[in-house]
Amino acid sequence: MSPLIRLSEEAANPLIPHTAELIVGTIAFILLFLVMRSKVVPMFEKAFALRTEAIQGGMEKAEKAQRDAEQALTEYTAQLADARGEAQKIREDARVQGVAIIEELRTKAQEEAARITELATASIEAERQAAIKALRTEVGTLATELASKIVGEALDDQVRQSRIVDRFLDDLEKSN
Amino acid sequence: MSQIAAPAGPGYEPPSTADFNLPPVFGDSLYTTKPVLLVLLSIVVISIFFIIASRKAAVVPSKLQFSGEMVYGFVRNNIGQEIIGHEFMRFVPFLFTLFTFVLVNNIFGIVPLLQFPAMSHVAFPYVLALFTFVIFHWVGIKKQGLGKYLKGIAFMPDVPKAVYILLTPIEIATFFLVRPLTLSLRLFANMFAGHLLLLVFITGGDYMIHDTNLFMKILAPFSFAMGIGMTFFELMVQCLQAYIITLLTALFIAGALADEH
Repeated sequence: MSPLIRLSEEAANPLIPHTAELIVGTIAFILLFLVMRSKVVPMFEKAFALRTEAIQGGMEKAEKAQRDAEQALTEYTAQLADARGEAQKIREDARVQGVAIIEELRTKAQEEAARITELATASIEAERQAAIKALRTEVGTLATELASKIVGEALDDQVRQSRIVDRFLDDLEKSN
Repeated sequence: MSQIAAPAGPGYEPPSTADFNLPPVFGDSLYTTKPVLLVLLSIVVISIFFIIASRKAAVVPSKLQFSGEMVYGFVRNNIGQEIIGHEFMRFVPFLFTLFTFVLVNNIFGIVPLLQFPAMSHVAFPYVLALFTFVIFHWVGIKKQGLGKYLKGIAFMPDVPKAVYILLTPIEIATFFLVRPLTLSLRLFANMFAGHLLLLVFITGGDYMIHDTNLFMKILAPFSFAMGIGMTFFELMVQCLQAYIITLLTALFIAGALADEH
C-alpha cells in the first residue's frame, strides 16, 4: 500500500488515502471512543437510570397513596355502618325500655290504686264498725234510759243492760 | 478556494480534486493540513461538549444536558436498541462515537471559517469503515465461532446447492469487500461532492461578479443564492450521512450477532 500512498501525496487521486490522515483519524477516533466510553456514556446511562427510578418511585408512591385512601374509605364506611347499627340498637333499646317503663308505671299505678281502694275500704269498714259500735252503745244507753224511765226501773247493771240491748237489736234485725 | 477563483483570470477555472489537497496550515508537515487539524478540533469539541453535558447526570436535565441526551438517546435507542436488540448496550459507545465524530466533521463543512468536511478526505472514512469491519466480523466470530461464522457467510443455509456457484462469491465479496468499501465511499463521495458543489456556486459567483460583462455581474447573486441554498441542503446531507453510516454499522453488527443471515 505504501507506494500508493506516496503516489497520493503527489497526485490528487481523491480515492487514495494520505498516511498522515489514516494515522490521525485512527488515533482521534480511538481517543474520542475512550472519552465517550469512560466519561459520557456511563453518565448518561446513570441519568437515564435515575430518571427511570424516579418515575417508578413516583408511580409506586402514587399507588401506595391510592391504596391507603381506599383502605381509609373502607374503614370509614365500616365505621359508619357500625355507627348506624349502634344508633339503631340504641333506638331499639330505648323503645324497649320505654315500653318497659310504661308497663312498670302502669303496674305501679294499678297497685297504688288497688292499695288506696283497699285502704279506703278498710277505713270505711272500720268507720262503719266504729259507728255501729258507737250507735249500739248510744242506742243502748238511750233505749235503756228510755226504758228505765218508762219502766221506772234502773237498769244500771251493765251486763244486764247490754244483754237487753243485744236482744232488742237482734229482734230488730230479725224483724227486718 | 481563493486559489481557483482568479478574478481577473482569462476564464473560469472550475474547482477540481486539486482543491481538496490543501497545503499545510503551518509548517511543512502533512500532519498540519486543514483536515487533520479539523479532525483534532472535532474530537476536542465533541469531548468537551458531551463531558460537560453529561457531567451532572441530573434527573431533571439542564438545557445542555437535555441536548446532549437527545443525541445520545437517538443513537442509543433509535439506532442501537432498535436494530441490535437486547445486546445493544455493548456497542453504544462505539456507535455514539461514530455518529458524533462523523456528524461534527461533516458539519464543519458548512461552519464559517472552518468550511471543510474532513470526510471528503477518503482516509477518514476508510478508518471508520475499518473499525466497523473489524468490529462486526469480530462480533460474529466471537458469537458463532470462526468456522460457523465463515460457513454462514459463504454458504447461506436453505439454498439449493447449485446456487452456491453464484452466491458464494457474491456473499464473500459482500462481507469482506463491498460492505467496508461502500460504507466509506458513500460517506466520502457525499462529502466530496457536496463540497465541490458549494465551491462551484461560490467561486462561480465570485468569478461572475468580477467579470467585466454586465450580464455576468447581474447573474452573480443568483449563483451566491444557490450557494446558500445548497449550504442548507448540505446540512441535511451531512446529518443524513452521519445517520446512515451509524445505522449500517448497527445493521452489520446485528447481522453478525444473529445466528443466520
